[in-house]
Amino acid sequence: MAGLIALPFTVQAGDAPTPEIPKAKEKATEEYGCVAPTDYMRKNHMSDLMHKRDDTLREGIRTQKFSLAECINCHVTPDEDGQFASFGEDEHFCSSCHNYASVSVDCFSCHRDTPEETDYQHTFNTGNNPHHGKIALKGKKLSVETLQVLTEGDQQ
Amino acid sequence: MSNKTYNADLSRRHFFSKAAAAAGMAVAPGVFLRQVHARPADQAATSEQRWGILIDTNKCAKGCDSCVTACMDENGWGRADASEDKSSPHQKAQWIRKVTIKDKQSGHVQSLPLMCQHCENPPCVDVCPTGASMKRADGIVLVDKHICIGCRYCMMACPYKARSFVHEDLEDQKVVAPRGKGTVESCTMCVHRVDKDGTPACVEACNADNHNAMYFGDLKDPNSEISRQLKEYGGEELRADLGLNTGVRYQGL
Repeated sequence: MAGLIALPFTVQAGDAPTPEIPKAKEKATEEYGCVAPTDYMRKNHMSDLMHKRDDTLREGIRTQKFSLAECINCHVTPDEDGQFASFGEDEHFCSSCHNYASVSVDCFSCHRDTPEETDYQHTFNTGNNPHHGKIALKGKKLSVETLQVLTEGDQQ
Repeated sequence: MSNKTYNADLSRRHFFSKAAAAAGMAVAPGVFLRQVHARPADQAATSEQRWGILIDTNKCAKGCDSCVTACMDENGWGRADASEDKSSPHQKAQWIRKVTIKDKQSGHVQSLPLMCQHCENPPCVDVCPTGASMKRADGIVLVDKHICIGCRYCMMACPYKARSFVHEDLEDQKVVAPRGKGTVESCTMCVHRVDKDGTPACVEACNADNHNAMYFGDLKDPNSEISRQLKEYGGEELRADLGLNTGVRYQGL
């Protein structure tokens, strides 16, 4: 009896192969790669995605940070043949970990699990601020030329 | 700028074409451009706008289905979705359809596109038990598939048969239009385009074919093309007796 109870604890953590998490296509930020530090993302990506989904669908807020489509664009990368893994396969960024942890997600019953544009380039840090606590349009400055045209363009 | 004024010769069109580049910026202290710019990505849609579509049935060509195919390609249903192959034709998704109506007395035949009418008082929202069927602040009626349980009450409540239910697992959805088994869906007025100051795919396709039977715009902006058309020529609601105040209006019925 004692052996039966002890059995679960005799399994070493190292017995299960650790997931091979595919590398992201490029760095969203210089500082820590992803849109937030890796530790934060591992722990909180689900609540950020959950929060973002309601903002986007119900209010039309379409910032790129924590946008599922942007996650997929950067994190789901093609293999040598240019083929993308689907969710469920170990090679897919999301399922590499979710398979390991046996946590199922519903996202991809509706959402696309691969990038639509295969030559996708990031457009982060180009003035599209996350909406949390940021003043509207902060950092979204008009170029000197545009301002000039707007303010002085047709005046005589 | 504060002590200068725009020259009176400045044409309105010229001004707005440049103003559009400002994308919601203040041109100068105290001078703000309203309703001619894209809403910044980090700001929520507001009730300052109400988006609508006006359809001139006299210009809508019989036999033409550009709007329908454009919607399919944009949102990935119908011919653009090979994975919905087990459903019978009447089960398959139909976000927009062409309807032909005939006046039995005169024999006059008309053709028009029919989709979600984006009601101000949507019956689909009234009956939804989870709050998934919803109307955005700017009047666009949507299904929040995150919380849709697929009960299909909204499909029964809709007088326009505008909603569809997805019966099977789908693959290769469009990024802009997530759709999947067990949820209800309908025309979104291409909300992903509208949020980026764009025009719905159906309207764009109609104009591209030089039929120009569809106008998209802000019903609350008296200077928008749709408002001017409605003011001058009027526009009917389908089933106006229901008092739904639809965002989609028809001329020439």
